[in-house]
Parts: sequence; C-alpha cells; structure tokens
Amino acid sequence: MQIVTLKVNGESISVPVEDNWSLLRVLREELALTGTKEGCGMGECGACTVLLDGVPINSCLVLAREMDGREIRTIEGEAPQGELSNLQQAFLDNGAIQCGFCTAGMLMSARGLLMRNPDPTEEEVTEAICGNLCRCTGYKPIVAAVLDAATREKQHGR
Amino acid sequence: MADDVIGKSIPRIDGLDKVTGSAIYTADMKLPGMLYARMLLSPHAHAKIVSINTDRARSLPGVKAVLTGAELPYRVGLYMIDKPILASEKVRYFGEPVAAVAAVSEDIAHEAVGLIEVEYEILEPVLDAKKALEPDAPLVHEQLHTYECVKGVFCPMGGTNIANRFQLRKGDTEDGFKQCHKIVENEFYAPQVQHVPLETHSSIAHWKPTGNIQIWTSAQSPFAVRNLLSVALGISHARIRVIIPYLGGAFGGKAGIHLEPLVALLSKAAGFKPVKVTATRTEEFITLPCRQGLHARIKTGVSREGRILAQEIEYIWDAGAYADYGVNIGRASGYSGAGPYDIDNVKLDSYTVYTSKPFGTAYRGFGHVELFWAIESQMDMVARELEMDPVDFRMKNLLDVGSTTVTGEKITKHTGSVRKCLEAVAKEIGWAKDARPAKETNGKIRAKGIAVLHKAPAMPPNTASGAIIKFNEDTTVDVLVSGVDYGQGTATSLSQIAAHALKLPFEKIHFIWAKDTDYNPYDWQTVASRLTVMGGLCILRAAEDAIDQIKTTASGALGVDKEELDVDDGRVFVKGDKATGLDYKNVIMGYMFPNGNSIGGPVIGRGSYVAEGLTNLDLETGQGLPALCWTYGAHAVEIEVDTRTGEIEVTQLVSAFDVGRIINEALCRGQVIGGGVQGVGTALIEQYVYDGEGHLLSDSLTDYKIPTVRDVPHEMKQIFVETPHDKGPLGARGVAEHPMISVPPAIANALFNGTGKRIKALPLSPENVFLALHEDSKKP
Repeated sequence: MQIVTLKVNGESISVPVEDNWSLLRVLREELALTGTKEGCGMGECGACTVLLDGVPINSCLVLAREMDGREIRTIEGEAPQGELSNLQQAFLDNGAIQCGFCTAGMLMSARGLLMRNPDPTEEEVTEAICGNLCRCTGYKPIVAAVLDAATREKQHGR
Repeated sequence: MADDVIGKSIPRIDGLDKVTGSAIYTADMKLPGMLYARMLLSPHAHAKIVSINTDRARSLPGVKAVLTGAELPYRVGLYMIDKPILASEKVRYFGEPVAAVAAVSEDIAHEAVGLIEVEYEILEPVLDAKKALEPDAPLVHEQLHTYECVKGVFCPMGGTNIANRFQLRKGDTEDGFKQCHKIVENEFYAPQVQHVPLETHSSIAHWKPTGNIQIWTSAQSPFAVRNLLSVALGISHARIRVIIPYLGGAFGGKAGIHLEPLVALLSKAAGFKPVKVTATRTEEFITLPCRQGLHARIKTGVSREGRILAQEIEYIWDAGAYADYGVNIGRASGYSGAGPYDIDNVKLDSYTVYTSKPFGTAYRGFGHVELFWAIESQMDMVARELEMDPVDFRMKNLLDVGSTTVTGEKITKHTGSVRKCLEAVAKEIGWAKDARPAKETNGKIRAKGIAVLHKAPAMPPNTASGAIIKFNEDTTVDVLVSGVDYGQGTATSLSQIAAHALKLPFEKIHFIWAKDTDYNPYDWQTVASRLTVMGGLCILRAAEDAIDQIKTTASGALGVDKEELDVDDGRVFVKGDKATGLDYKNVIMGYMFPNGNSIGGPVIGRGSYVAEGLTNLDLETGQGLPALCWTYGAHAVEIEVDTRTGEIEVTQLVSAFDVGRIINEALCRGQVIGGGVQGVGTALIEQYVYDGEGHLLSDSLTDYKIPTVRDVPHEMKQIFVETPHDKGPLGARGVAEHPMISVPPAIANALFNGTGKRIKALPLSPENVFLALHEDSKKP
C-alpha cells in the first residue's frame, strides 16, 4: 500500500492504494464514485473514460499509484452543484441515452473534446467518441448531442 | 382538457439520473459484510468430471464458501428445465461454471478458484448442429427424456440431441410444388452472436437466517427470476424478494434467470452473508448466453406470374449446451417462419438442437433476425430467378387484409400493413425497377437492397401483467408496473399513457423506477416487445378503476349520480359544468363533509391483463393463434462495397414500421436507430469463432467487435405507419426488437444487386465479401 493524493473533481483526496489497483478501481471502490462504469476492464469499451489533466483516458488501464498529484475529472464533476451542463442537457434533449451504462464515458470523451476544441466538426466528434462503445443508441443521437452542446456552449458557456 | 401527451417526444424520465452518474446499477452496489464470488470455468467443450478437489481453496484465508455441482442437485429453466447451477458429472461447453468461491475480496476469490483441482475425461464435442442430428452423434444430454418442460407445447426427443421439434403444416406442399413454374432451393447460415450489453451480468444475493432470500440483480424480469428460483429450490415465492436497480442493457440476454441461483446458494453456504458476482467481459462471452446459430433450408415454388404456391422450410437451431429458452425460439420461429407472406401450402420443421457450445437465449428479435436472414435472402433470389423486381415480387405475395397466416390467423384491417412499410421504404430510397447494373468507381460499387419483416410477442398464451396507480396527497400519482426499462424508454411512454388516461399533466406522474417483487404487481417478463402493449393496457385499466373510485367519492360528496360526473385537469365535476365539482385533492384521500364526516378513502387503481384469445398450437400442424399482435416493417439500404477490400459501408438505411400509434416519437426513433445499427453489427462483423475443440476464440471485445460510431449508416431515416391495433393500448404496438430484423438480408440483397454475388452465410465481413467477389480468380 502507498498513499497517493489525487485531485478529483477539484477536491484533493489522499487514498491508500495497492500497486496493482487501477484508477477505475480506486474511483469506484475506494472513493465510491460509481458514476464511472467498468464495461470490460481491458481498455476496449470506453465506459470507464475520465479526464486525466483534461485528457480523456480509460481509467481501467491506468495504475492508481502513478496518479499522485494528477487532476481527475469524472461524471460526478460535470454538474457539481446539481445544475446540468449544456453537454448533459444536450444528451437529454437529443435522445443520446438509453440504458445509460456508456453515458458517463461518452460524456467525458465529449467533454475532453469540447475543452480542447469548442467548435468541432461532425468528423471530430466521431473521432472523439470512436473509442466509446454503445450498444443501444446507434450513436447518431450522441453525435447530434455533442454538436448541439458545442453550439450551446459557444452561446452560453458551460 | 389538458394537452394530450400521446405522441409527444417527452425526454426519458431516467435521463437525469443517467447523465449525472447517479443511476445505481447492480454492479455499483455494495452491502455491509458483502462477499465476492468467482467461478471456475470448464476448459473443455465436452468432458466428464472425474473428480474435484476443493481442499486447498477452502483452506485459503478469507474464503467463506466453495460450491461444486455435486452439492447442488437443482436444475433451472424457463421452458425446458435442463440447466444445472454448476456443472455436475459432466461439462457441456467451454466456459461452463464448474465450481464457485465466495471470499472476502475479489482477489482472494480469484486466487481460491485457481486452487481448485478438477480432473476431466475429455469427451467428443458436438460442434455442428447438423452433425448433432446424425444417429451416431455424441449426446449432449443423456437424460433429456427425464427433463421437465412445458407440456403440450414442446416436444423434446429423448435419446437424440433434439431439445424441441416444432412442425407446421398448411395445405399440401407436395401438390403445391407440382403446380409450380419454378422451384428455388437454398441453404443459409447465421452464426452464434452475442448481445454485448455494456453492463455485464451482475447479481447480489443475501440468504438470511430466517430463510428469506433477497436478490439485487441485472435481470430483465424480476418475477421470472423469483418464480424460477422458487421452482428450482422449492422455496415459497413469498420468501424470495427480487429487486432490479438500473439495468445496463439487456437485449434478451438478461431474460429468464442466470447467476442469481448461484449467488443465493453461495450466500447460504457462506453463513448468510450477502454475495456478489459480476461477470468479467470474458465470462460474458464464454459463460453467459449468446444468440443461437441457425442452419436454414428453404424450398420455394412459384407460378409463372410470381405467386408463391408452396414453400418447404427447415430450421436447425444451434442451441448450444442448454435450451431452457432456445426451445421457444425454435417454436416462435416456426409459427412465424415463413415471413409475412400469403402462401397456401407450407411445410415447416424447426428443430432446436443441443451442441457443445455456449447456450443461446432470447436476443432482440427472438429468432427472427436469423430466420429473416434466410427468408428475405431467398425472396430476392426467387424474384431474380423469375426475372422480376424484388419489390414487385413481394407485393404479389405479402399478407393483406383477408389473407390467412401459416397458423390460420385471419389478417384484418387492424393487423397492420407490411405493404405500406415496403412501399414507404422503396419510395424513400428511390427504388428503381429498371436500375442498370451498378457502375464501379475507384473500385467501389453502390447498390440498393430491400427486405421486409414481421414479429409478434413470443410468449405463453396466458402471459399476464398488472399495474397499480396510487394517488399521493398532492395529486401526484405513483405508477407501478413490473416491466423493466433497460433503455427502451418504456417507463416514459407508459407514464405518458398514465397521464393521458388519468387526464393529468405529465409532471404529475411518478413512475416507480426500481422493480421490487415485494411491492410491485406481477408481470411475466420484460421481453418480446410486449411491455408498451401489455403494461399500457394494464395502466389504462388501472386508471379507469382509479377514476371510478374518484367519481364514487365525488358522487357521495356532491349528491350526484356517478354517471353524471366527468373528470379532466385534476377535477371531477358534473358533465358540462366544470364549476360544479371538486378538485382531485379533496377526493383522492377521501372526502370530508363540513361536519367532519368522511367518505371514500385513498384512491388505488388496479389494472390486470392476460393475453386474450391466444391458443397453444396443434403439435402436428402448428395451427392456432400464437400472436397477440404483429408488428410489420421493412428496410431499404444503400451500400458501398469496396471491391478491393471487401468492406461494405452502409450509406443509407431507411426503415418503416407499422407501430399502430406512436406514444413517444423520439423514443420510437431511438429504438429504430439503435436496433438498425445492431442489425448492421449482425450483418457485417459479428460472429462466434471456435477452434476445432470448441474453445471460443472470440472471447473479448478485441476479438469480437460490435459497431462503433464509425460503422453507423451515413444516413438513417425512420418512417412510421400507423394502422391502429384494436387490442393495443390507444392502438399502439411494440417496436423494440423489430428494427434489428431484416437489416442483414437487405444488405446482402444490395450486395447481390451491385455485384451479382450472393452470400448465404453471415457475417458479410470484408473477408467473406472479398472471397465471394474474387472466387473466380481463386480457381486454379
């Protein structure tokens, strides 16, 4: 066990971790941030996507012990005061959700995209979420939601 | 009158929980003192278990229980009770659970499983369903003749690998074929594939010292889990409580019962501690169920004018090691298996056959994706043989008002119209009868294809549902049904039906999300695209009951006959005189007169529905009434095939369904888009691949690909035909499974129309397409 200090959704948290624990495990099991899902544990499905220093990553593929001092953002940080972001609202309005199990990962990939590129093309949205599997929606409504969110955020901010 | 909510695209009521990460799924749950289970899986497809030694596992610190099949003399199953909880005496597929451990941590459980020693004697596996029918084939279930199944419905054939034989006879095919101008016969194949829900199966059970069992599980059907567990273990229904939290995709793979009995028994063995198991993605592929494979043979006889005069069909279903659900897929695909065509002479045999592979279960379409792969490929091939346009050929043969289905059901004006669906998609895609052969540009060919489909809920004729509507003090309303919304959006559409029926604003409806057998009314299963229909009918009846109670109380309060009263906008009043009446809030908990005397009481509406008018089918002829309501549809596609790589891109997918009446348009479109893309997956990339010994090689998302955002048709269009269904709620039909059906043959037909190459085995993968395109150059 060693103690790592993570900055999760803006809050510094010190947590003891085993050498082989993934960031995903620490988020879900130690910090009870269960909004981030595990779909495969092998970096294939994207359900566990979080932002690491602003960049979307598969949290199942990252060792928690290497995260000391890093900034993590999860789905729970997207609407910290309970007020939905434009991105979340766009997911609701565009029918981009069905079972919801991929939703957190999708939102985090999309958030990462909008942070580095506030005005993405459809192809750029496609590129940004092509590592996130969804078995329900057929993706089209998700792409529409991200483009819609970009428009809203240009006008109104997050 | 309040604005009617029917047809409106109200955003799903569960959306807020899901976009904020606060929706709790079974896999997210943790109970005090909870143990973690892991399973030891069979490394062989077919082997005798000679011995199991669990001593080392049991002595590992932290291990609280170890179970093997020998300790669990139970079998479970929905239609055919053939499945042990852990393999005992022999294993029947690679990945079958042989032993299980519950320990204080997942790591210890994992380590303990590795300490269990099993000695196997390898037996010859049966890896091909057609070979499984040969007289000298090894038997997967030697004791088949002793298994219980739903009597009078299924016909297992002891001493063979046939779990069920379904047969249908209409007219006289022998005579019919004699009248034919042409006879076309083909064989088709659809491999096993997987549901791949993003949430793998997860269950928690707590067997309490009182003998009561509480289960939280990722299941589609809480009451089916309770019932099957009760029957298997011989425990009263009242002692079992099943709760379904949020569910991360299902598609049929979480129907019936799966890991629940195992964790329940582990909980008991571990001294009444709660036990959780969550399948790894690999276990999801190799241990949990998949979709059955299908070998189809179709012989079609047609007149010179293009009328189908006779058809002979044989379906051989590759059920895998267990057929607890598969037998009913064999049956449903039998009575539905000639497609939506009006044919006088039909002979159909459908066999559900055991093999030494992972077992098949319900998967979106319940056999229809597979059978329509065969039927709709065949229909195009027959049309081409007649040198007829495939749309014209179908139009000559599709069911119409007055036609009789293969089981003897009369089509009425309420049944729905497959013709309108086909017309709509052909028009939208720009179908041209005299389309010239496609031109190749830069090695790419564009072409179009079409296919039709139908499906009715496949379920026992006595399938039942219930609903309860409870008013709260502030006139909000709790709505309880037990169908599970795992993404379809039914909770939202049923809330709309409730608001409509109670004449209340949508915001007043509080749909109780979690399903709990201790509190919710009975519902058979959330399958078969039946929830909007049957749940909707129950809600209409419950609302009627609630309004009757409101009127009864108001009648006493106002001194007016009940029949003279009307309700609207949260008020009960004298017909035609809205001012003379009472607000709901003064009635729904009982009415109090000025002197304190009170009448009435809390309004609790009750609605029940059992599928009405259905029959079991004659075991010899398949005649009878199996279908509560048919939903018809059609797809048209445009594809671009790269002749250099064999890759197919779907450039357009146009889909039309006769949904009866749209309850929520956006949710309806969501089903059609999502189902269409899932159909593209089956069509182009998905399949289970084995080595020669029956080990599944495609056991991860690395080796088993599902569509990503890059595989989606460039343009998708959804068209809704609305022929109201006389038995559906407000005229509605189900449309959850249908969008996936017939996408594969539409693409294969387009491939033929563009290249002249016909592929008869799925998937239409780049490899298979490339080989088909270049088969001539391969020849020496």
